[in-house]
Order: sequence, then C-alpha cells, then structure tokens
Amino acid sequence: MFIRTLISATIVAASVTCASAGDISGAGATFPFPIYAKWADAYKTATGDGLNYQSIGSGAGIKQIKAKTVTFGATDAPLEPKDLDAAGLEQWPMVMGGIVLVVNLDGIKSGELVIDGPTLAQIYLGTITKWNDPAIKKLNPKVDLPDLAVAAIHRADGSGTTFNFTNYLDKVSPEWEAKIGESTSVEWPSGIGAKGNDGVANNVAGTKGAIGYVEYAYAKQNHLTYANMINAAGKTVAPTIEAFQAAAANADWSKAPGFYLILSNQPGEQSWPMTAATFILMYKKPVDVTASNAALKFFTYCYDKGADQAKALDYIPMPDAVIAQVKKAWAADIAQN
Amino acid sequence: MTASAIETMAQAQADSGPQNRAQALARLKFADVGFRLLTQLSATLVLLLLLGVAISLFIGSWPAFRAFGFDFFISDAWSPPKERFGAYAAIYGTLATSAIAMLIGVPVGLGIAVFLTELCPPSLRRPIGVAIELLAGIPSIIYGIWGVYYLKPIMQAYVQPAIIATLGAVPGVGLLFAGPPLGYGVLTAGLVLAVMILPFVTAISRDVFETVPPVLKEAAYGVGATTFEVVGGIVIPYARVGVIGGVMLALGRALGETMAVTFVIGNATRVSASILAQGTTISAMIANQFADADPGLFTASLLALGFILFIITFIVLAAARLMLARMAIKEGR
Repeated sequence: MFIRTLISATIVAASVTCASAGDISGAGATFPFPIYAKWADAYKTATGDGLNYQSIGSGAGIKQIKAKTVTFGATDAPLEPKDLDAAGLEQWPMVMGGIVLVVNLDGIKSGELVIDGPTLAQIYLGTITKWNDPAIKKLNPKVDLPDLAVAAIHRADGSGTTFNFTNYLDKVSPEWEAKIGESTSVEWPSGIGAKGNDGVANNVAGTKGAIGYVEYAYAKQNHLTYANMINAAGKTVAPTIEAFQAAAANADWSKAPGFYLILSNQPGEQSWPMTAATFILMYKKPVDVTASNAALKFFTYCYDKGADQAKALDYIPMPDAVIAQVKKAWAADIAQN
Repeated sequence: MTASAIETMAQAQADSGPQNRAQALARLKFADVGFRLLTQLSATLVLLLLLGVAISLFIGSWPAFRAFGFDFFISDAWSPPKERFGAYAAIYGTLATSAIAMLIGVPVGLGIAVFLTELCPPSLRRPIGVAIELLAGIPSIIYGIWGVYYLKPIMQAYVQPAIIATLGAVPGVGLLFAGPPLGYGVLTAGLVLAVMILPFVTAISRDVFETVPPVLKEAAYGVGATTFEVVGGIVIPYARVGVIGGVMLALGRALGETMAVTFVIGNATRVSASILAQGTTISAMIANQFADADPGLFTASLLALGFILFIITFIVLAAARLMLARMAIKEGR
C-alpha cells in the first residue's frame, strides 16, 4: 500500500494517457480514495464504464486538472471562488469525512488518549517532545504515558488533509497561525514527512511513539489506534460518523460561492473538530465534452446511489439539498453538448 | 551516391564476370568510412544527450535561479504556498547521507574484496562472490522496504538511544548525535545507502585485485612481508585506479539514490547539526513533490535541484578523473 502511492505518483502521467476510451479519468486527493474506489467499482458493475482515479494528493490533483490531463481533479482544499473563475473551473463537494489522530503507543487502545487543539499544535511545533509531557498528562490523568519521544508524522506531499489539519491548528493556536499558517504544504518545524494518507498511516503503524493525522477510513482499514479530541465546545468526542455528521450539520452550503466551505473546529457539543469536505474540479468548458458528460453521469450515480456505500466507509454523504444545488450548478455552468 | 546505388553497381559487376579492382576497393573504402561515421554518430549522440539534458534542466530551472539568486544555495526555506525555495537542506542531506554511506561502505567493501582475493578458502570464494553480486542486483525499492520495516525499528529501539546516551553526552561532538530517537533520519538513510553501495565497491575491487600479477605478491611474501603489508603495499597500490573507479561509481549511486532514501530519511526540509535528525535529499524532494508542483517557481525550483544534483555528480566524476590523471603523471606513465 505504501508503495502503491509512491508508484502511482510517478506513473500518473503515463496512466492517465493510457486510460481506455470508455474510462473516466480523474486524479487528486487521497482522503476520499477509499470511497471513490468503491463507487467506481459499483458504477462499473452497473454500467460497464470504468473510472481511472489516481490518488496522488490534492495538490497534484489541482495541477493535473489545470494541465488538462484528466477529466476531473479532486481536492480536499477547496479553491477560492476567484481562483475558480480565473481557471474557468467548476467546484462542488462530493462527500464529507473526518480527519482523525492516530497514535502508536504500547498498551494504549483506541479512544483512551485525549488530545486537544493547543496540545496538538505544540506537538507539531516540536515544543512537546515526550509523551509524558505535562500538557498531555493533564489531559490524560488516568493513562500511563511512557517516557518516549513523540514522532509527529506529517504529509510530505501537497495535501488537502494537511490543509484541513493546519486550518484547524490555525484556529486553535495563535502560535501556529503566526509561525506556520494553513496550506496544502507548510514548513514543518519538526517531525517526519510521509507521502499520502496511506504513507502516514504506514509510518505511524511502524513507528513507536508516532502520532499522525489521516482520513478515518485509513485509520480503520489499517487498524490504527485513534485518539479522542476535545472540540470547540470543550467536550471530549470520539471520531464516529455521528460526530462527523454533527460538525457537517453546521455547514450552510447555500451561502458559499463556489461551494467554498471549511468544516474544521465547528461549534456544537457533538462536533468532531477535524471534519472536512472533499471537492471535485471540472472545466466549465471541457475540452472533451463526451468525457466530461461521462464524468457527470458518474457523479450523479454517486450522489443518487452511493450514500449507503459512503456511510459504510464512515464518510458522510452530502445532504439532498446540497446535491440539488450542485446539480443546478452543473446545468447552469458546465457545457454539456 | 547512396548505398543502394553502390549495391546495384556491385551486383551488376558481379554479374558481368571479371571485377574491376579499383571499384571493388572503392566499395570497401566506402564501407569503412560508413562504419566510422556510424560509430562516430553514436558517440556524438551521447555527448548531445548529455548536453541536451544539462541545457534543458538549466532552462527549466532558470526562473528559480533568477528569482532567488545565490540565496537558493544557502537558504533552507521550502514553502510552496509562499513561493520561497532554497536548496540548502536538500544539498546538505544529499552530501551527508552519501558521506556516511562512503565512510562505512568503502572500508567494509574493500575488506570483503581483500578477504575474497587474498585470504578466503576457495570453497567459500564462490558463494560469497555470488552473494555480493546478487546484492548489487536488488532493486533499490527493496532496500527501502528493508530499511523502513527492519532497520528503522532497530535504529529507533536500540542503536539511536545508545548513541544518544554515549556519544550524545560528549560536550561539543554531542551535537552531532543529539535529538530524540525517532528511527527516521540522516544516519539511517546513510546506513541503507552503505549497504547499497557495498556490492559496487566489493565487486569492482575484487575484480581489479585479481589482476595483480601473482609474481609481485609472491616476491613480497618471499622477502617476508605479512598479508597486511602485501595488501597495503602491493595489491592496493597496483589496483588503485580500478578501486577509485569503483568507489566513484558507488558514490554516484549514493548521491542519486531516491526511493530507499525517501523511505527512511524523514523528508524534512531542515538542516540539523545532528545526524540522527530528519532531513531530505535532492532526489527525495523531487520524488515527493514533483507530482504536485505548480508550473512556475515551484517546478523551476525542483528542476533547479535536479540541475544541482547533475552538477554535483559531474564534479565528483571530474574529480575522480583528475585524481587518476595526477596519479598517472606521478608514476611517469
């Protein structure tokens, strides 16, 4: 799996051109890859049309769609409306999910460790270097924390997960905001870089004392130990689909031009603090209208029939009202003949 | 006159009985010249390719050099969103990991070669020789997997804590061995590289050691030299050109190695005094970030990194040539 991302990144240029005529080609975010793969599989069974999706990271997805090598780009870091207009791109949210903290500590099980935003920022700033640091101890009085170095794992590639993660740290830590900021790729003051959500998952699984941030499905599939978090309301929450949904319920998509909306650090007692939507980018005036229409047909299928599959993988399907809004935008903006 | 025209002429003559001697000779001469031109073309093609790679890399990286100037070489900033780029961290990581690899790989590799040619019982010679050659054939990604799944946990659990507790406690020098034991880092990457270059050093040294005339060694043994003296005084000096060639080949591989290093170095664009800290190398940076680099300064900076690696490799090879030439002069050859 670790190798897969590394290889897929290097062969992307080759594979997108090799895609067979009937296939829809897309590239980008690794965060929604598990659900896109599942949808593609179901769509292939239902219609016979395949999807060739390269999970190479949000930054690369934006690059590929701008280079017009793919029919659609996928990103977790939404483009701002002015960038969309400049490039002639249409953007919409496809599905929502949670970013969770995964740790590798002997004897500590999922949900036993609690971390809050400021402490997380200190860990990634490199000011907290040991697991038995007073700040972590204070949050976890009952947990036997080892005298072990903290290996903070982050993304080495341009990543929408990193964008949402650093966006959250920005909101909870003034020091982080002043020193590092939010972006798909930041200048990490400490820690270890890994490529892709699966790279982070793998490094955490293989490194004692590691902490990392991945999309929930990656934590689940790799049987990683996740940590609970303290949200904006000051409550301890576990990463569950209910908690992601509580955060997502706050979103008012109808007032977001270009569907530009970030879901981190949402209010509400149940809200998971690192919830995120993932987006699709397509040209309003596509070069290949047939391919573009085929992609829209696939996305329509995902919206209409894919909700249960999304839930099964702990993603949150978009609400019906948002789907109607997205379809209206397609009809109005994307040239379909 | 085209080749096919000549052939038809030759054919016509062959059919018309007795051959014209001058024409036959001209035909042979033409074949000779043609062959020379063909080989010459092949050789020039290599030069053109080299030049083409260098020029296209330079053109691609020019925006970065123009934007950052000399700062590009001494800055360790690497921030795509802010469009601030510097190559220092990557250059440092590349040189540091290669230095560690050479420091370990060369003596060990030479030791193996000496053992194989001078001391090894014949029954062991073949198995060890074959094992070394197999080691050279393993794809680098396998070394990467080995590094991250086996070497790194051992480094983190045992080697690095031991180094930090002993060497790290020494004032001054301790800075080189400071920091939390995370497994990933410059030292781990250097060790993986050392294993990777070992077969190159060994295989080439062994081959050149075997070219040392037995009579020279026997003469030395005859006057009472020890094995160590024979190896140090006869074998290595006699074979040093080949040995240096092997070492340089190994260095070339270490400088450019990508995947195995990316797996274990920690991919952090920072320069730390400690060799236990995480870092990055030029090729690791390119492998990690090229896919999502925006056209513009980001891509130009990555290409500039590639250009710098090209130059570093070129300097290494040129230095090796120079060293060999100097030796030849000293020996009066």
